[in-house]
Amino acid sequence: MAMLHTVNKSPFEINSLERCLQMAKSGSSVLLIEDGVYGALDGTVFSAKVKAADGLTTYVLGPDLKTRGLDPAKLIEGIEIIDYDGFVQLVADHDRIQTWL
Amino acid sequence: MSETKKFMYLNRRAPYGTIYALEGLEVVLIGAAFEQDVSMAFMDDGVFQLTKGQDTSDSDMKNFSPTYNALGDYEVNKIYVEQESMDDRGLTLDDLQHLVWEDEDEDYAKKPSIRVVSRQVMADLLEEQDVILNY
Repeated sequence: MAMLHTVNKSPFEINSLERCLQMAKSGSSVLLIEDGVYGALDGTVFSAKVKAADGLTTYVLGPDLKTRGLDPAKLIEGIEIIDYDGFVQLVADHDRIQTWL
Repeated sequence: MSETKKFMYLNRRAPYGTIYALEGLEVVLIGAAFEQDVSMAFMDDGVFQLTKGQDTSDSDMKNFSPTYNALGDYEVNKIYVEQESMDDRGLTLDDLQHLVWEDEDEDYAKKPSIRVVSRQVMADLLEEQDVILNY
């Protein structure tokens, strides 16, 4: 039962992403959208927690990165950038979605 | 003639995810008409408001980041950014827009508006304000 977890809040402001990473089981996917995309940045006080999450595949929504002026080169290695079509595909490919507001 | 007061607009939210950043910026521009001693402060996720390279062409939102360049023309030229907030987010001054104002006392020389300050200095700045408006 692969689950897709979405996070739309900044990890620097609220603990949604931290809780998501704690609760998501190995084999799950995590998609960062809206202000959640800040969680994909490397070199921050939060990035070690994202890197330490074992067995998760992490995605970030490209249009939301671009809106905020975030350079793809500054993301944590291994995080995959997807577009809206990729978002739809992820939803279709997973059994359930958990939205961490 | 009323006396001039020190107004600070304190910004702590990232742009786009909520309406705070845009609303705050609009209030600063409107408030500039009242000729007070105005400054802006950016801390926590507010520092993300000033990043360069924002491009909303794929997200159907209003890109208001160029508007920060207009602040100098409204005599809003004290823009304080907290160093610790930038450090926590892996940002340096180089990641922020280069905002300037023209000093009419020095033949309209362009001077930088952004002043990076420590948390301690920011605390002192908050202390000396007459009014702090939060966004």
